[in-house]
Amino acid sequence: MTRRSVAAQGLALGVAAAALWWLASNAATTLDQNGISLGFGFLRQPANFEIGDAPIAYSPADSFVRAILVGLANTARVSVLGWVLATALGFLLGVLRLSRTPAVRGVARAVVELVRNVPLLLLLLFLAATMHALPAARAALEPLPNVFVSDRGLVVPSLGLSVFQWALGVAALSVLATGALLPSVRRGRAWKLFVATSVVAFVVPLGIAPPDVDRPRLDGFNFVGGLTVSPELTALLAALVLHHAAHISEVVRGAVLAVPSRQRDAAYALGLSRAQTMRFVVIPQALRAMVPLLATNCVSLTKNSSLAVAIGFPDLVSILNTTANQTGHAIETMLIMIVVYLTLSLVVAAAMNAYNRRLLRPGA
Amino acid sequence: MLMACSSSGESTTDSSGPPSKTVAGGPTLRSVRARGAVKCGISQAAGFATPNDAGEWQGFDVDFCKAIAVAVLGDPTKVEFVPYTQSQRFSGLQSGEVDVLVNGTSLTISRTMQRGFHFGPIYLYDGQAFLVPKALNVSKAASLDNATVCVQQGTTTELNLADFARRSNIKFRPVVIEDLRGAVAALAGGRCDVITQDGAGLATTRTMLRNPNDYVVLPDRLSKEPIAPVIRYGDDQWLELINWVFRVPVQAEELGITRSNVASFETSTDPSIRRFLGFEPGITDGFGLDARWPARVIAQVGNYGEIFDRSLGPKTPLGMARGMNALWTDGGLMYAPPFR
Repeated sequence: MTRRSVAAQGLALGVAAAALWWLASNAATTLDQNGISLGFGFLRQPANFEIGDAPIAYSPADSFVRAILVGLANTARVSVLGWVLATALGFLLGVLRLSRTPAVRGVARAVVELVRNVPLLLLLLFLAATMHALPAARAALEPLPNVFVSDRGLVVPSLGLSVFQWALGVAALSVLATGALLPSVRRGRAWKLFVATSVVAFVVPLGIAPPDVDRPRLDGFNFVGGLTVSPELTALLAALVLHHAAHISEVVRGAVLAVPSRQRDAAYALGLSRAQTMRFVVIPQALRAMVPLLATNCVSLTKNSSLAVAIGFPDLVSILNTTANQTGHAIETMLIMIVVYLTLSLVVAAAMNAYNRRLLRPGA
Repeated sequence: MLMACSSSGESTTDSSGPPSKTVAGGPTLRSVRARGAVKCGISQAAGFATPNDAGEWQGFDVDFCKAIAVAVLGDPTKVEFVPYTQSQRFSGLQSGEVDVLVNGTSLTISRTMQRGFHFGPIYLYDGQAFLVPKALNVSKAASLDNATVCVQQGTTTELNLADFARRSNIKFRPVVIEDLRGAVAALAGGRCDVITQDGAGLATTRTMLRNPNDYVVLPDRLSKEPIAPVIRYGDDQWLELINWVFRVPVQAEELGITRSNVASFETSTDPSIRRFLGFEPGITDGFGLDARWPARVIAQVGNYGEIFDRSLGPKTPLGMARGMNALWTDGGLMYAPPFR
């Protein structure tokens, strides 16, 4: 039995290695025949193309590496926001579907079924087209002073913070985060001191040098100044969140229903209320069942964000496509794409697995 | 050598070896013959390559694909068309999925020297331009500072746009969309102020908008876009075959040979015309081709002027003028090397 399985594994490994070798040598021969050389040297050359939505500073004179980092930052931005919002909305929808009120249950079910059964690309194109229905920049809505909504996106005033202020802000946030986790603060004894420290940490840097408020204004074709949330980002985020929230809601519902009803009965028998039963008995057990599926959803949300290319959001795939087309290094850019998505997926999966292991620990 | 320049001197052109010496076709020609079809990579665009009501491809690029099939296989229907988006086309050609790209690709040094592609003759001279709504009251590209520009992904268009902006000291906000229809929808929806593409592409794009007359192509040209067929490295014979197939319609127009009158030249007494059309064998029967292929190409697809007018000219929805694409004898750039 053991010897046979070792032999089978060895054989499988050999076949896989041979196939890989054949593919690689075939690619190498063909590339050589076509006079194409591989290499990543081109990444240092100036990119020479503009990116419409860059969360980090970028100009066409910057290198391809920088352009790719802009794409990565955009992908990360959409993914992280997407995970948080999709999980929150998914939980809400999942719980609503378990509601005792038929109307609430029905509405939640209608939303979930509608979104879940529409292909994501279609949903994305639909939302992007909806964004075009917003008024033109010159006739932008101004729901709040200096906040503009138009087909160029949502434009809000931004704070021009110095590096020093950013550093202090980050430091203050870390203090807050650690403080919130300290048992003494959690139990409420040191909260006054804690709040005071936080206030000082936030207010002092702002007092030293008040930030410039950058107000947006219409100049010719577009708004200048302020912070713009592009319609593409909005449409992409909305589509990803809706799609994955619908899937997550099913995961949540299924996991809650999978908790044996005798657990609930036992909780009621002990005199726990419905809410308490849910919080202390059902959800902790349901979490164990749903975490692996939530992880899968997070990973697929990240990968699905590459549909951005269809509506013009400059995510990693979009930037790499442009890079490949401008430099001709299609194989290298494909490799970068594979490595980045693989890394992102593995990191997310590893984080979720670690969390899952913690949940499965007895007494957790 | 000097004698070879005289158009009527036949026997003096080649003194080495027998006159019937032929060069074998390369591997691509062999596989095309074995397959019985030319695989031609195209880009779907009105006027250049679109399926008609019967589901057959037609347009300017399609006609040149057909010309290759007529020359090699004697039948314009023996083409397998493979439509590509701009970002897929090079990997399609590189992987051997198609034999040639006739899809509006610009000839550039990086594509030839770094990417491993050969280009055939330039069959359309074009340049990148802007299409703007007339309502914007813009008459030149320099007044487009801070405008949002829709761009179709995966072309030199993005590079040209960024270069033009830096050169003119203005700034654009590009919205880069993979599919042209998506980019056009974004322009129509007001997401962009302007769309940029090659001039010929814009003529097509204009026809896709609900009210084409509300839009105008600005006169500025951001770039030179010489459009030529593309093949892979490594097949000299296939390159030369493509070269001469593309030159036949131009030469035919110069000689006044059209689709309808080509047959009448069979009785022509002009030896240079007879040699060009292959009615007299000697110069067109290389690679194992039947000598009369140029006459067949003209009979099936017509001369350059006919091909242009049928798909792009003033009587089509695209309404393009010949401009730079007129014959060199009419002040344009279309010039075929001698057939001798």
